[in-house]
Formats: sequence, C-alpha cells, structure tokens
Amino acid sequence: MDFLTLLQVLDTTIRLATPLLLACLAGLFSERAGIFDIGLEGKMLASAFLSAAVAAATGSVLIGAAAGIGAALLLSGIHGLASITFRGNQLISGVAINFLAAGLTVVIAQSWFGQGGRTPQLSGNARFETITLPLAAELRDIPILGPIYAELISGHTLLVYVALLAVPLTWWVLFRTRFGLRLRAVGENPAAVDTAGVSVVGLRFAAVAICGLLTGLAGAYLSTGLQAGFVKDMTAGRGYIALAALIFAKWRPWYALGACLLFGFLQALALRPDVIESTIGFEVGVQLLDALPYILTVVILAGFVGRAIPPRAGGEPYVKER
Amino acid sequence: MTDQTPAIELKGISKAFGPVQANKDISIRVMPGTIHGIIGENGAGKSTLMSILYGFYKADAGEIFINGKHTEIPDSQAAIRAGIGMVFQHFKLVQNFSVLENVVLGAEDGALLRPSLAKARRELKALAAEYELNIDPDAKIEDIGVGMQQRVEILKALYRQADILILDEPTGVLTPAEADHLFRILKGLRDQGKTIILITHKLREIMEITDTVSVMRRGEMTATVKTAETSPPELAELMVGRKVLLQVEKAPATPGKTILEVENLRVIDSKGVERLRGIGLEIRAGEILGLAGVAGNGQSELLEVLGGYRKAEGRIRLNGEEIDLTGRKSDARTRRARGIAHVPEDRHHEGLILDFAAWENVAFGYHDKPEFNKGIFMDNAAIKADAAAKMERFDVRPPNPNLAAKNFSGGNQQKIVVAREIERNPDLLLIGQPTRGVDIGAIEFIHQQIVALRDMGKAVLLVSVELDEIMSLSDRIAVMFDGQIMGERVPSETDERELGLLMAGITDTDKPHSEAEIEANLARKRASAAKEA
Repeated sequence: MDFLTLLQVLDTTIRLATPLLLACLAGLFSERAGIFDIGLEGKMLASAFLSAAVAAATGSVLIGAAAGIGAALLLSGIHGLASITFRGNQLISGVAINFLAAGLTVVIAQSWFGQGGRTPQLSGNARFETITLPLAAELRDIPILGPIYAELISGHTLLVYVALLAVPLTWWVLFRTRFGLRLRAVGENPAAVDTAGVSVVGLRFAAVAICGLLTGLAGAYLSTGLQAGFVKDMTAGRGYIALAALIFAKWRPWYALGACLLFGFLQALALRPDVIESTIGFEVGVQLLDALPYILTVVILAGFVGRAIPPRAGGEPYVKER
Repeated sequence: MTDQTPAIELKGISKAFGPVQANKDISIRVMPGTIHGIIGENGAGKSTLMSILYGFYKADAGEIFINGKHTEIPDSQAAIRAGIGMVFQHFKLVQNFSVLENVVLGAEDGALLRPSLAKARRELKALAAEYELNIDPDAKIEDIGVGMQQRVEILKALYRQADILILDEPTGVLTPAEADHLFRILKGLRDQGKTIILITHKLREIMEITDTVSVMRRGEMTATVKTAETSPPELAELMVGRKVLLQVEKAPATPGKTILEVENLRVIDSKGVERLRGIGLEIRAGEILGLAGVAGNGQSELLEVLGGYRKAEGRIRLNGEEIDLTGRKSDARTRRARGIAHVPEDRHHEGLILDFAAWENVAFGYHDKPEFNKGIFMDNAAIKADAAAKMERFDVRPPNPNLAAKNFSGGNQQKIVVAREIERNPDLLLIGQPTRGVDIGAIEFIHQQIVALRDMGKAVLLVSVELDEIMSLSDRIAVMFDGQIMGERVPSETDERELGLLMAGITDTDKPHSEAEIEANLARKRASAAKEA
C-alpha cells in the first residue's frame, strides 16, 4: 500500500467514523445520565430522512439539518417521557422508536416524493459542501505532512469537524463543569443528586435532549454530507455500532473517538478490497469485509473486550424511597 | 429552656400512604444545641416524619417551624436552604466520585468545577480541624469504609451550612469503635451549637448520647422526656405499649456431644476474592455459638456454605458424618434432610417469597414431605392446616395463612421463617440476623424460641451484627474478621471493647489500642481486598 492509498483509506475512515462518533457521543451523554438509549439508530434515521426531505424542498442544507435535529429531538422527547416521566422500560421505548423511525421514514418519503421511499438526489446548497482549510493547496507539496494536511485533515464537510470538536467539548463538559458532575452523578446514584436538592428529572431530560441533538447531527450528516439523499434504512445499524463503540470506549469521550475511528477504518477497508488484497497478498471476500464491523460489534457486546463497568444506575427509572 | 425558641417545631403533622396512617397528628419541639433522640420500632413512622422534614414527602396536614419561622419544605432544596442536613441510613453517595466531588455535588459555586472544588478543599480542612472529621478529600468513596462514608455524609451537610443535622439509624453499619467516634463527633457538633436529631431503635444509644428523647409508636408520638429522667425499661414500654423483657432469661448451657465440626473452610468468590480463609469451629448439642463481626467479613458466606448453596473447600461433619461440599449432593435440600435448618440473613430475598401466601411460605423447603403430598399432587389442605397451627404457636399476627407474606410486618415475617425452620426439629439451626428490622416485642419472642431450641439439646449457630444480641444469647462467642475467626470468648468473661477490637482484626486484646491503630488495620484490610479484586 503506498502512502497516497493509505491517506485515501484514512480519509474515508474519518468520513465514515463521523456519524458513528456523533451517535456514540449522543449515547454517552444519555447513558452517563442513566438513560440507556437503544434508539440511537431510529433517531439518526428519522433525522437523515427529514434533513434530506427538507433540504430537497427548501434547497438549504442548514434548514434541512435543523429539521432533522428537530425530528431527533422529538423522538428523544418521547423516549424521555416514556422512561423518565412514566418510568417505563428504556429498552422497549428505544426499540419502539427504532421501529417507528424505520417504518415512518419510508412511508412518508413515498407519500411526499413517490420515488420508492427515497428522497430526491441532493445537490448544491442542499448538501454540506466540503471545506478546504486555509493553505491546503500551498502546503500540499511539503513531503508527508503536506499531503496529510491537504488530503486527510482538509477537505471534509462542516459536520466532520463538528464531530471531532465534540470530543474535547464532551470531555470538558463532563469533567470540568457543574453540569457534567451532576450528569455523571445522576447516572451513578440519582438518590445522591435528589437529596442534594437537584432535579433528577431535569438533568435526565437535559441529557436526553443533548442525545437528540447529536443523533440529529449524525442523521443529517448521513443524508446530506456523506450521501446525497435519503434511502431506506440508510443508517444500516450504525446506531448499534455506536452503542458497541460506547461500551468499547467504557463511556469515555476520548476512547469513543478511538473506538469510532476503528469501526470507521473497518468500514473504509470494506470499500477497498483491492487495497487489502495487495497488502496481505490474497483475496478476502467482500461480504466478509462488509461484515467485519458487525462482527466486531458482536464480539464487543458479548463482553470479550475487557470488563466495562456501565453507569451504576443505568437503565433503571428513579423512584424516590426512604 | 422553655422560653427559648425551638430549632424545630412540628405541629400536627399527619401523613398517610393509602390506608396506612404513617404519621398521626405529630407535634414535637426540638431545642437548639441539643441532641434529640427519636426512638420507635420499625414502622412506627420515624423515618416518614424525618422525610417530611427533609422535603422527601409532603405532609397531608400540619406545619413546620424552623427557628420559630413558619417554613414550607416542598423539596430537599428547601430543607437545605432552611439549614437542615440529613444523613440517611443508606448513604446517598456516588461510589466512583471522590470525597470532594460528593461534598460539592449540588452545592457548587458556579458553572465551572475547579473553583468549587478548590473552595471545598479549604473548607473541608477547616471542618476536619474543628470537628475531628479527618478524611482524605481525594479518596474514592468505593475505596473507603462505611465509617468514613458516614463522615462524608456529615461533611456534606456541614458544607451546606446545616445547623440541624438528622441522622437515621447511623450506627447500624459501624464497629463499636467507629460508633464511639461518631458519638464524639456528634457531641462536638452539639457543643458548637448545632441541633441534632438521632433516629434509632437502640435504647443504649439513646441513653448514651441524647439530651431529650421522643418515643413513637404506630405513627403517634407517645412521649417526649428528658433522657436523664427515664430508663431503658420505661422507654421500651413506651415503644411497645407493654412491659418487655430486655434481657434474655436463660439457664447455663449444658453442652452435649459435638453436632457440627468445621475444619479449614475456604471460599473464593466469583471475583477471585478469598471470602473464607480457613474457618474452623465446633458446636455442641445444647449450646448457642454466636458469630460476631461487622457485616461483610465472611459471615454470610459461612452461612451460605453451611446452608448448602455455596461451594467451598474444607471439611464439615454433622453428627460425625462427612458432608459433601462440592458434589451433586451439596445443596440446601440435602442439608435440610440431614437436620440442618436455616433462617437466612435476608428474609426478603432468601427466607420468603413475598408475593406468595403465608401457608406456601411455611411449606417451602419441606414441600416434598409425604404429609404434604397426595400422589403427584400437593395436599394444600394439609399444608394450610399445618401452616395455621404453626402461625398460631408462633403468635404470627394476623394469624391468616392466606395473606401474602409481603403484607405482614417485619417481625411477623421473621416469625413465619423461624416457625418454618424451628418446628422441623433440626439438629442444627443456622440463624442469621434473627432480629434485623424486627420490633422489640417480636425480638423477645424469637430470642425465647432460640433458647428453647437450645434447651431441647439442639445446636445453634447465631450470626448477628448486633453485639448486644450476641452477648445476651450466646454461650460462646466467635468473632470473624476478613474471612477468619479472630478468637473465641465466653460472654461472661468479655466485654464490648474486647469484642470490638477482635471485630477490627486486632487479636492482642489485653493491650491498649488507639483509634488510629484500629483504623489503620481496617484500611490495610480494604487495601488487600482491593488488590485481590
């Protein structure tokens, strides 16, 4: 594999890791606050659809993304209502959201656009444009560092940079702010937060809302950044992969970045079987390559990768007791 | 005193949960700078009353005055603002946070943590110096012992500038030395002008530390008296509503042949931690061996092994015959068949099925006996008749075998379990925490039954974290610490101080030991346990 091919694969890795990373951080906020969210997938999907649909209708990707975020927030609100206010089962609520999104997106897409459950192809301002960072062209000729800057770091869409910046931001919020301290506490022992005179319900809804915002961005990126339009089931299990990455990352932001890049890398490799063949010397079935991220997900979820301790109060509705 | 404004005054507080009237028209005045005890049996409404004061529940009727000012307390935030701090029986701490983070949580100074933490660090130092509340601010809660965790709870309240401190059953989890230290802290706080409310069911604590005591019974406040002007028997009578024997009456034991022999018993749990490190003991017919120790030092594991639901290495002989410890026959059913009855420590999870009727619970473990079966069917009529008879003999109230176990009070639930096990006439009775969450009246009864079983020439292994119970019931006392037996004593020749040292793992009990030394020993044990895990 030559240097340029490697850069291309890594470039693809970053692009494919972006929706995973946004969804993973979304799950991180939610689960750190004690609300398990298996509905990341559904929220991403709903956002992907509405982003593309509204972008197609208005011609503006920003309005589209805002609509997508709105859709994800709405589903988050439903999840919050079911699991925080009414103390329902968080897994069931999440699964319901996934089904709801999978069905509704296709039905509404068909009803609005009549293109077999897709949205029209997006172009121009209806998509996120790639951003060329300053001096990319000038620095390109510097050996090694130049191409890394120009190929790998520069030339992504806005949401890629947003996702990457969200990692340190998440870390800072969680570990350096009052909100973060309370958020982590409410996922570990809500009774401690409650007796300290802070609202458990308020904190958990805030966490769920942040989760909605981030899954909304992830969905918008899928249909208006990575692809040019919505197609049926376009999330393709990314919500679950993000959950696996979250466990792999032991619910920590920087580890989440690493885990998502790993999954992104496997997905990127699946797109370049020729590279793998030339590197390891024999052909690997494309199907096997496609399956790799999912196999890794199963391995992680089955607990083969070390012991990960989830937030202690995760998955349990908070009931006051003496 | 009387012309002073009370720190807390409650007037006509009532609270009902459905049909249950937890608090009935309660009025109480607590003077500033005093330690005021509230004593009552389980379910008397003590915790409910304090939860109302801390804004956890809303009273149906009644008024609260803090320092003479009428105050509404709709939530904990309001209670904190009114200067009330609460140390719950089950600590409200975040396990994987540091002491500092726990103290600051909810009382931060701004949106950023760093300045809040720095300020809290300074204040903790000042508080530690003032009240003997030394603690490492950077230690994680999960790495420190319960005594220390309790100090964190007190510091949390003080950091929020509480003038009124409520402690709910604070000594339940402490060694005697730790409890003494706590009392010293509380006295120090009182001398600085803080008002302290101590909720407990232990008469000894009330007598030792409080200035005034209020007694609650079935949701009502039955009396408020000066501690100096009352006595334990009088308080017990006020709590129960009749005269109670506080001392168990029993004749000296006349031990016979050896019933149980345990040699070199070892247990390693699923996390790889060695819970029992070579236990050896012997119990003879007609004697009660009391096993003392702070919870979590291997007593539960020992009961589980003897009861047949935990595997172990080593040897156990019952009536001289070897018992299988690892094989297929190592189960609770086989143990029962050989004459070992077991009243488990946790009656809600191991002793009873709460949703099942009392008659079903009385048959559990013995439901395969021929007298309870007709062919392949169970003879429910026979089981019910048997249960009704046993409940009658053990004075279970109400004596209704059709009522679900969860609808009985703690004491009556325990009587159901004890009746089931004792009435089978076992050679050996294992009984763990026989009176945890049991009211005084039922305690008296259960203690009498245990002694009666002994007097019939049976062997009893009594496990309890209540030192008083161990001291008054046992014929011999063994003390466990960190999975080992630290020593055996005869009740008449020992005292709480000596047993307390053994409970902290210190065997040379005839030498004086400082508190720091005891604490260091406990810390060492925790460190080695953490390393193993």
